[in-house]
Amino acid sequence: MMKANKPVFKTLSQGNTSKLNVSKFKLALLTAVTVSLSACSSLGVEPWERDLLAKKEMALTSSPIDAALDDHIYFSKEASSGGKSFGGGGCGCN
Amino acid sequence: MNKLNETSKKTNKKPNIKAALSLATSALLGTGVLSAGVAQATEADEWQFDSAFLIYSEADRVSATEAIIAGTKTFANDEILSLKLTIDALTGASANGAVAQPNAQTFTRPSGNGQYVTPAGETPLDDTFHDTRVQLNAQWTQPLSDNITGSVGGHFSKEYDYLSLGVNGNLAYDFNKKNTTVSMGLSYFQDTFTPEGGIPKPHSSMLVGDSSSPEWDAEFAKTRIGDSDDKSTADILVGVTQVINRRMITAFNYSYSMVDGYLTDPFKVVSVLNTDGLAQDYIYESRPDSRVKQSTFMQAKYNFDDSLLNTVADVSYRYMWDDWGINSHTIDTRFTIPVGATSYIEPHIRFYQQSEADFYQPYVIDEQAPIGFVSADYRIGEMTAITVGAKYGVVLNGGNELSFRLEYYRQTPTNAGFTDPNALSGQDIYPVVEAIIAQVSYSF
Repeated sequence: MMKANKPVFKTLSQGNTSKLNVSKFKLALLTAVTVSLSACSSLGVEPWERDLLAKKEMALTSSPIDAALDDHIYFSKEASSGGKSFGGGGCGCN
Repeated sequence: MNKLNETSKKTNKKPNIKAALSLATSALLGTGVLSAGVAQATEADEWQFDSAFLIYSEADRVSATEAIIAGTKTFANDEILSLKLTIDALTGASANGAVAQPNAQTFTRPSGNGQYVTPAGETPLDDTFHDTRVQLNAQWTQPLSDNITGSVGGHFSKEYDYLSLGVNGNLAYDFNKKNTTVSMGLSYFQDTFTPEGGIPKPHSSMLVGDSSSPEWDAEFAKTRIGDSDDKSTADILVGVTQVINRRMITAFNYSYSMVDGYLTDPFKVVSVLNTDGLAQDYIYESRPDSRVKQSTFMQAKYNFDDSLLNTVADVSYRYMWDDWGINSHTIDTRFTIPVGATSYIEPHIRFYQQSEADFYQPYVIDEQAPIGFVSADYRIGEMTAITVGAKYGVVLNGGNELSFRLEYYRQTPTNAGFTDPNALSGQDIYPVVEAIIAQVSYSF
């Protein structure tokens, strides 16, 4: 195998070598991107695996009314607001 | 005719209150024709209502009652309309910023009409707070393409001395089989404050004396700079949500908020003490006319399996910092534990800690005449706060949900390194504030 490959590399001109380096770099980059993308896409589920995530209590804001009431209380009693949603104004309570 | 009968039969099955609310909402919006046009009305096409009544009550201070009703309707093509009406009423006493003294203290009410006396050794509270607020929110959300969802909304809020108008817009992009969502939102609020008695002149002395004397009004007017003032708030929020696996979802947000205009509290004063610590004067506070706040927020939700009773854990952390020198940490944790097939119990613990604003001072000493901004409002001072409580919810026949929430909230203001003069020894300069939060909610 090595022997068979050797002549091929030998016949490559200088210009071709740099082209090869570029394509090697591109290949490496492509591999890196693919690997990171596949790592990213390995996070998550298939559409038919959403049984638990679809439950109301798994929503990021499972009770919007409670969240609105809490935001109003803490906005008027503390120096911070927002973060999860808009901090906003809306009342003269602060 | 048959169709009509069918429709009326179907209506009769619904709870009356829901039918009436649906009708009223449709009439108000003029969407009656629209929904009639969609003859193949499905369950998803109905209005869903969430309502709540909350009492917030501080020991010896403010108490507030708040009622909310929110309606959501999903149209064909996944367009969602949400409307929310909030009404709240506030009464009771609120700290006016002055410190407790070994003697009784007399203060003028913010309106300039009359005085109130705080007994020796007590934190000065202005007991004239009462306000009723009406707030309306509307939000329209719809898919713009297969992967992009857009949303726009409006906000209106009016209380006796305050008007707030706001708009917001949001775009969300789903990819990676909808396991990843990137979103960006903008919101803008324009508020107008018209406090009774007008806007006090920063650093001017509170006029204390005989408010029935003929010179009073003219003297009081000298401490005022106008009748009303404005404030605008612009917020940018970018966020990513990521499904990790079948049991876990996470969210990361960054927000940037610019507030410009009148940010001073017209009802707050600062005690001016002599070197012994005895009050000589009370001056109106002064805050910068702009504030830039930033925050990062992260949240994870995890659905445990049978071995942990199928509990859903909700843990979040927020770090906020601003150009007033305040930074804060908030950790919020909820565990939703199913009890039987139709109910759940949800313990809640929230921890909050903030540092003080650069210009916060619990009082000023006579010889250190205040230069620039000053506020003794404990809400921008150093403090920790904790909330503990629980919610119990039960799903009734027909899928309606009834829930009760009871929580205890405790604020502990702390000394940010100030050394108190003698007369203040034995006085509670950083009084603890305790409150009970009680709420009943009903979704139908």
